[in-house]
Amino acid sequence: MTAIDTRMLDRELKKGSAELIILSIVEARARHGYEISKLIETRSAGQLKFHVASLYPLLYRLEERGWLQGRWVEKAGLRRRRFYSLTAEGRRVLARQRDTWRTFVHAMGLVTGVDHA
Amino acid sequence: MPEWTEHLRPRLAGLRLNPEREAEIVEELSQHLDQRYDELRAGGATTGEAHRLALEELREPEALAQQMRSLRQAHIPPPITPGAPTGRALAGLSQDLRYAARMLRKQPGFAAVAAVTLALGIGANTAIFSVVYGVLLKPLPFHEPERLVAVWHRAPGLNMPLLEQGAATYFTYRESGRVFEDIALWNIGEVSITGLSEPERAPALFVTDGLLGILRVQPLLGRSFTKEDDAPGGPLRAVLTHGYWKRRFGGAPGVLGRSLIVDGRPYEVIGILPPSFKFPRTDPAVLLPFRFNRAEVRVGDFSYRGVARLKPGVTLEQANADVARMIPLAFDRFPTWPGLTRKMFEEAGLGPNVRPLSQDVIGDVGRVLWILVGTVGIVLLIACANVANLFLARAEGRQQELAVRTALGASRSRIARELLSESVGLALAGGALGLLLASAGIGLLARLAPAGLPRIDEIRIDLLVLVFTLAISVLTGLLFGLIPVMRFGTASVVALKESARSASDAPARYRGRNALVVSEIALALVLLIVSGLMIRTFIALRRVDPGFVRPNEVQTFRVSISGALIKDPQGVVAAYEQITHRLEGVHGVVSVGLSSSVPMDGNSGKTPIFVEGFSEAGRAMPPVRGYKRVAPGYFETMGNPVLVGRTMTWTDIYQARPLVVITENLAREYWKTPAEALGKRITQSRENRWREIIGVVGNERDDGLDHAATATVYWPMLITEWWTEPIDVDRTVTYVIRSDRVGSPGFLRELQQAVWSVNPNLPLANVRTLDEIQAGSMAQTSFALVMLAIAATVALLLGSVGIYGVIAYVATQRTREIGIRMALGAQTGDVRRLFLRHGLLLTGAGIALGIGVALALTRVMSALLFGVSPTDPLTYVAVAMSLATVAFSATYLPARRASRVDPIVALRADV
Repeated sequence: MTAIDTRMLDRELKKGSAELIILSIVEARARHGYEISKLIETRSAGQLKFHVASLYPLLYRLEERGWLQGRWVEKAGLRRRRFYSLTAEGRRVLARQRDTWRTFVHAMGLVTGVDHA
Repeated sequence: MPEWTEHLRPRLAGLRLNPEREAEIVEELSQHLDQRYDELRAGGATTGEAHRLALEELREPEALAQQMRSLRQAHIPPPITPGAPTGRALAGLSQDLRYAARMLRKQPGFAAVAAVTLALGIGANTAIFSVVYGVLLKPLPFHEPERLVAVWHRAPGLNMPLLEQGAATYFTYRESGRVFEDIALWNIGEVSITGLSEPERAPALFVTDGLLGILRVQPLLGRSFTKEDDAPGGPLRAVLTHGYWKRRFGGAPGVLGRSLIVDGRPYEVIGILPPSFKFPRTDPAVLLPFRFNRAEVRVGDFSYRGVARLKPGVTLEQANADVARMIPLAFDRFPTWPGLTRKMFEEAGLGPNVRPLSQDVIGDVGRVLWILVGTVGIVLLIACANVANLFLARAEGRQQELAVRTALGASRSRIARELLSESVGLALAGGALGLLLASAGIGLLARLAPAGLPRIDEIRIDLLVLVFTLAISVLTGLLFGLIPVMRFGTASVVALKESARSASDAPARYRGRNALVVSEIALALVLLIVSGLMIRTFIALRRVDPGFVRPNEVQTFRVSISGALIKDPQGVVAAYEQITHRLEGVHGVVSVGLSSSVPMDGNSGKTPIFVEGFSEAGRAMPPVRGYKRVAPGYFETMGNPVLVGRTMTWTDIYQARPLVVITENLAREYWKTPAEALGKRITQSRENRWREIIGVVGNERDDGLDHAATATVYWPMLITEWWTEPIDVDRTVTYVIRSDRVGSPGFLRELQQAVWSVNPNLPLANVRTLDEIQAGSMAQTSFALVMLAIAATVALLLGSVGIYGVIAYVATQRTREIGIRMALGAQTGDVRRLFLRHGLLLTGAGIALGIGVALALTRVMSALLFGVSPTDPLTYVAVAMSLATVAFSATYLPARRASRVDPIVALRADV
């Protein structure tokens, strides 16, 4: 299976699954944009890939909604980087979205007969 | 490492991000791309490949902006104006003002026209305000002036809203009053002061002892009057004013204790008043005590002005109530004059009329001044409308600039503030210029103002006037500045796309300026109608028959013969006759007469008249009539015709025959025709004898040309049984001398010599021609007329400039349209008609609106009018026609120019 068509991914972004992915990635700890994109790529075994043009606007949107908090962090001898962490509100949204997603996938399985388990 | 910024910035440019935020995003994204590049290089890609692949992360050029467009941070940029410091209102303001000054300096012609227009309006308002403030609003120059009251009576039954005080009421109120700290009487008069060099007639202020204390005036030297000075029998004492002391004694302190011969009697000078002392409406030389003899006081003469200081906290109502309580007490304590009864005054409704002293000082001049305030207010509005039009035209030219700035992030309020800074800045410049005009204008006003305008020396540009000027300048600036702001403050990006010319082609664009011009014409019409009505009033007054002819040929002066000079009444008459004959002997004198007063000189009196055979049914007090004492030659010299009968001779007077002459209107009132009046008898008191009417003369306008002629009785100079006096002579008279030499050099001196040849101690006072007296009576009307005419002229000028400006502007804006029309065959006449129609429509609308406003407003000024109705059709039509003519000319010039446009030039100009 090839990488998911990026146009389709764009549509997915609008639907909200992309939000779920990002929130999940930063759930454990704060991460910067490049790290987030790399983790998505590796965890999906290269099947999901966010471009700069999609990833950052999404990060800013989640930040504006108050689900993520972006913060510049400076380390000695290194350039400062912007790290994104989950806010309390983001954590609640993530829990809710996971439930929804689970229900959705289950329902899809029942309807289409696609069994992934 | 490649530089990513050049790829990132263009992608973000359309988002209107705050520059700091944009920099952060560029930084964050660059780091991402750096890391991606490193990773690709580490994976074996060449620099070129790594660069290309990293950039693929950004995908197509619009992708980033597309994703971000819905974000809040890309939508609410804080205002940015190039170079503007943010968040500091005052810093912004000073920057706005500097910017405004720069913009105005770039267009000096525009700025000058606008500033001068405003200066006219603001200057006129400042000048009139300084007058209104100095005369009407400024507190009187006394300590705690709000506690000072004028104490009057009223007698509605005699139709007298203001009846003065008498010695009886004065003593009563002073002794039994509960509301007054003190009360005093005063009168102005004239005295002869002799023994210094030439005999001098000087204005005097007669007072009771409390007056200076009530006004809180401390003498500069010496002391003021005590009760003892004001009591009869004691030594005579006088206080000098500062001006007279300087003038006659050179300010020598040794004058205290010195003797001054006043009306032939020696007065000791006991005090000098400070230079700050000003008495309302008079500038006396000396103050003299009345010295009433309480034992001889009777109720019934009300001929003294009363002034009092209220106790702290006392209201006018309380004061009036207390006076009402005391009026009956006066009748209890003092007898009435013979012929008068307590019942008469009760029937006349004698009551109190205590009012603020300031009201006495100001008099009825307030009405004229407030009308002038309204007038100059209208002039300022017209000036505003003109400048607003200029600003509109200019703002239209700047539409693109404003749109560019809006696009760069300048907020609506910021642009509005900037436009307003320009207009307020300009208005302040106009105000400063106006202040100069005003200070010049005040000098002119002081010269033009009627002699009766009180407190004229208190008119000046002081701090409050400056504050007023500043306030109206700012207000004016906001007023005319707001119009372009409302019109263009919302400059849209659309304007950026359109050329300035096509943007202003829409007819809707003219609506604002059309409305301004219509209001200008309407306001100018109102002022012109007001002036027109004043001109009609003036003409009507000139046409009134005043009771004399050719007043420029009549010299008048007053002569006074005191009891100290000639005691015997017959002797006084003899002196009068001698003087008359000597005056007749002066070269060029046609005739000479004398009377206690001449029309409109303010010396005439009033007295009640009983007519034999008329019972004055049920009324104890008969109506009061004009009162004059005359000697031979008076009517002949004045040129007042004797209708029937004859006038008095010297023999009649020497023998004190009981004879009178009356005016035509009095004769007609009782007997229908003048002839019927002859032989009938009248008297002033039932206790005195009847006097026979021997002649009827034409009416005299004693109370002014704008008042009905006073029904008057002329009593002989020497009269028997005059109230309580067995024989009485009028000791102060006015001589009237008709000659074509009046006004020529040396003539007065010859008259003076003639008087002094009879008695060298007789000073001439109030030396005026009859013409001057008449002019004085018309002074208020003339003053109002001149002021209104000036205002109306300025209004007409500004209004014409306004309509000219609009038509000229519209013509310029429509040059291309004219070109097309003419290219398609329109004739010059057609084009001219197009603009003339526009101008005439505006004028017509303005005139219609103006007539409506004038009809509503001119009623306010009906009190100033005489012989003309506030809705006089002739004035309205004449004014509307002349305004239409002027407006037509103002329209014709630009219309003609527009019609001469060369179509080729016009069309090429716009391509």
